[in-house]
Amino acid sequence: MKDIDVIERSRAGARQKISARNVQVRYGHTAAIKNVSVDIAADTVTAFIGPSGCGKSTFLRCLNRMNDTIDTCRVTGEIRIDDEDIHDPKVDPVQLRAKVGMVFQKPNPFAKSIYDNVAYGPKIHGLARTKAELGDIVKVALEKAALWDEVKDRLDSPGTGLSGGQQQRLCIARAIATAPQVLLMDEPCSALDPIATAQIEELIHDLRRNYCVVIVTHSMQQAARISQKTAFFHLGSLVEYGDTDQVFTAPRDSRTESYITGRIG
Amino acid sequence: MTPPAHSLLKSDDRTRRRRASEARFRACGLAAIGIAALALAVLLTSVLANGAGAFRQTYIKLQIPLPEASLDKAGQRDPAAMAKVSTFGYAALLHAALLDRIAALQIETELADQDVAAMISKEAAATLRDHVLANPHLIGGMAAMDVLAAGRIDGYFKGRVTLKSAAMDGNTSPQALQLARKLADADVIETRFNWRFLTAPDASDQRPEAAGLGVAMLGSLYMMLVVLALALPVGVAASIYLEEFAPRSRISDLIEVNISNLAAVPSIVFGILGLAVFINFAGMRQSSPLVGGLVLTLMTLPTIIISTRAALKSVPPSIRDAALALGASRMQAVFHHVLPLAAPGILTGTILGLAQALGETAPLLLIGMVAFVRDYPVAYSDTAGLFGDAATALPVQVFNWTQRADPGFAERASGAIITLLVFLAVMNTAAILLRRRFERRW
Amino acid sequence: MIRNLDMAPSLPALVIGLAVLASFAAQMRARAASGGDLRNLASLPGPHGANAFLSVLVPAIASYAALSLVRLIGDRQGVELLSAHSVPVAVLVVAALGCGGAISVSTARFRARAAFEWWIKSLLIAAAAVAVLTTLGIVLSMLFEAVQFFQQYHWRDFFLSSKWSPNFRGNSALGILPLLWGTLYISFIALLLAVPVGLFAAIYLSEYAGRRMRNVAKPLIEILAGIPTIVYGLFALTTIGPVLRDYFAQPLGLGDSASSVMTAGLVMGIMLIPFVSSLSDDAINAVPQAMRDGSYALGATRSETIRQVVIPAALPGIMGAALLAASRAIGETMIVVLGAGAAARLSLNPLEAMTTITVKIVSQLTGDTDFASPETLVAFALGLTLFVFTLGLNVLALMIVRKYRERYE
Repeated sequence: MKDIDVIERSRAGARQKISARNVQVRYGHTAAIKNVSVDIAADTVTAFIGPSGCGKSTFLRCLNRMNDTIDTCRVTGEIRIDDEDIHDPKVDPVQLRAKVGMVFQKPNPFAKSIYDNVAYGPKIHGLARTKAELGDIVKVALEKAALWDEVKDRLDSPGTGLSGGQQQRLCIARAIATAPQVLLMDEPCSALDPIATAQIEELIHDLRRNYCVVIVTHSMQQAARISQKTAFFHLGSLVEYGDTDQVFTAPRDSRTESYITGRIG
Repeated sequence: MTPPAHSLLKSDDRTRRRRASEARFRACGLAAIGIAALALAVLLTSVLANGAGAFRQTYIKLQIPLPEASLDKAGQRDPAAMAKVSTFGYAALLHAALLDRIAALQIETELADQDVAAMISKEAAATLRDHVLANPHLIGGMAAMDVLAAGRIDGYFKGRVTLKSAAMDGNTSPQALQLARKLADADVIETRFNWRFLTAPDASDQRPEAAGLGVAMLGSLYMMLVVLALALPVGVAASIYLEEFAPRSRISDLIEVNISNLAAVPSIVFGILGLAVFINFAGMRQSSPLVGGLVLTLMTLPTIIISTRAALKSVPPSIRDAALALGASRMQAVFHHVLPLAAPGILTGTILGLAQALGETAPLLLIGMVAFVRDYPVAYSDTAGLFGDAATALPVQVFNWTQRADPGFAERASGAIITLLVFLAVMNTAAILLRRRFERRW
Repeated sequence: MIRNLDMAPSLPALVIGLAVLASFAAQMRARAASGGDLRNLASLPGPHGANAFLSVLVPAIASYAALSLVRLIGDRQGVELLSAHSVPVAVLVVAALGCGGAISVSTARFRARAAFEWWIKSLLIAAAAVAVLTTLGIVLSMLFEAVQFFQQYHWRDFFLSSKWSPNFRGNSALGILPLLWGTLYISFIALLLAVPVGLFAAIYLSEYAGRRMRNVAKPLIEILAGIPTIVYGLFALTTIGPVLRDYFAQPLGLGDSASSVMTAGLVMGIMLIPFVSSLSDDAINAVPQAMRDGSYALGATRSETIRQVVIPAALPGIMGAALLAASRAIGETMIVVLGAGAAARLSLNPLEAMTTITVKIVSQLTGDTDFASPETLVAFALGLTLFVFTLGLNVLALMIVRKYRERYE
């Protein structure tokens, strides 16, 4: 067991964060993901692109076991984060999700104040010993999410009262506050206007320094702008995976080429 | 802010605590379901255990001599003359018949003759008298008849009365129960299914063994007819107006708020309304199914309106548009196309409304339906008008019986509840089946 | 009273006869006006007939109702505003006018269908008005009698006195406070049982239970909702009351009455469980799934998500449910009549018999007292208090729930 680990690590390189092998997902009888294997590096922004229904969001949700919450969903195959199998019976998804944060397509702030929205994660995971510490965590998270200046005077007002872009940044701040190592983003800008999108993209760019960011996006331009690695999904399979520049300029697979030139999707 | 460095494979204390609290929370939820299920189980068992006895009744099989000398002295079989013989005369015959039977069977008893006589229900003499008056040719011969046993004897065979309780009871004695047991062994006393419970009218305080639900069921039936005849058309018409025609205005808002509030007004308030308006103001008859039906109509109207509107709402606008596009007026679109499609939903709501009305008690108490009624009410009479005859209702009869001292009535009350619940179960099942059968997804 | 008003048996027959006559005549006139080709008509003969039929019937019924009302009001005041014979005569005149009018307007250019639909719409509006009239009837009838009560009995003594002892010979003490105390105490116990149990049941069914469990448990709880209150009352009287007396009240020396605040409260709580649970279920299901996902994605457990995200978001709906349940508890009659007792008492001991507003409404209105005496009239003042109380709770609850719904729609 130990030996295999060593071999794996040496093969994948020290900066490998997530490695997925032969992942399959079924909803009832329909297969949503077929045999996907991929290695995702730390301190990198990795983009999943592909036409809608290609399984990229489903695969993303495997990485923090969010698919567990759907009754009919079955995931097989192996996913390792920091070389630990996340489907190991000893792994509590609660701890996994603290390590692997997630931001959703539609901003989904809780029906609480801005402060409580951000403080929620640290509170349940016991990251702060005192109130002051908690306050600091909230402040830092909001600063990282570039929201602090806009909301610092109204931390007690409800999070649902913010604009769409602010709500999404609040959700990012909420995810950051839990101190994750991986941040999964499921089309985080699809419900936002161009200005808010630009703000979020800038934010993702900054986040890359501390987190392994995996982002699902519908927009190829966005993927090209913010990611270093790109994976192209089609009909539940991983078609191509490589450096973003290479995927967009010299795709190896004809399906990738069709997609990025606008012929499918 | 340092990221948790520990491995995912090792669960920390905090996570264990959180999982324990999760398990506790989940157990609380399961316990809540358990409490509800337990309450239901205890409730139904208690009603069934207390009330099952009401559907069985103990009878004494007697051969009763009907001597002309005491029943029709003139020998003319003149009904008026025969009617002069009161129930006391018939009671004596019954007593004699029972004593003869005991003697013939050679059963020994220390019981005084009058205590033996007390084993026969006081109602039996009246039943025999009615039987003889209806069949005068029996006089001079023997009548074979199964007469009601007294309440305590009946209770003994159902386990309600025991030798121990009888020792402390002024109305019976252990000796009487022992005698009854011997008579049962000799096949003179028999306990069997009690049709009379469903058909007979109420009986007086001393005779729980004779009390039945006939009048109450008839009264409930009449009231349901009134409710159906009034609440359905008015409720549907009101819903059609509110759902299809009412302009969005202050007034329709007011009506809307008003209906949802009316649905939550305590039922007893409707009773006060009925008493003040229908009886005191309009001078309608107390205890009449008509007034009861009117009160229940007003009470169920909001229920029916709310469910009818839901049914109308579930018909997609495309159906209306299709009809309108063919040149139908809005009225035609609603009555020809929307209403037929909404009909199963409306019917379901109406049945549920009727079920609610059938079980309602409080308002009926206030409009005098607690009265003691022994005559079957008729649907129409010249003096009382339509549904004007005094009656009671099933749930009110239950209440009535709970207020009586004789423990025999407690059994009757639970028996009446079983009857009521059977009706409600049938109605609700019908509603569910109807909904399943016609459920339509657009 | 109503017998004086009784219509001659022939009146309905006459009115219907006139309506049928008008219907036929209008159709014939329309047909004649068409000159043999129905396309010349603005409306087909059918609607002409239907319009004429309703033109006779509706005004006749409306005038009969209105005139009867006038007569009844006169009766109550002791004056004869209308003689017994004037009503049928007036109704017949109205019917005849409708008949004549409907026939005369049935010409080729008359839009009979629109007119007929106008009548139908009026009937629909009248039906919708019944609900408003009911509320009006409730308020007016109780107000009228309550005013009479307060003319004989000072309002301050009614609202502020802590003594309730009606006396048939007069000189009764009719203070509402002990009744109000009993009502609130019992309702409080009922809510103490129903709100947590109902809420937890709803939470379990919507967040934890699998499909099979839900399919069994939900109908089970709904059965509780369909059981009439008299059944609960009998349950209190025959089962819960004696159990509480024999195993709690007597051993603890807290009383020896089977009917008690606890008996009525517990049984009422059971009755309210399905009510609270179905309303809470609605509120919980209205919380968007995305909000739950957000919490799970942060590594929250199910119970943390429920307690800290779902419940706060659903709180207005749950509060509304609790308020509606409270209003039901306050207005509930049969359970307290059979389970709470009849003694008006201001006590803290939950195992003692106490009484409620609704119990006293029943007992004061079903006795044999003179209808004009304060002992009877007090029931209307009690009823009015009850109505105002529950109405306030309902309006508050509906406002909260409505506002909440708008937030997620």
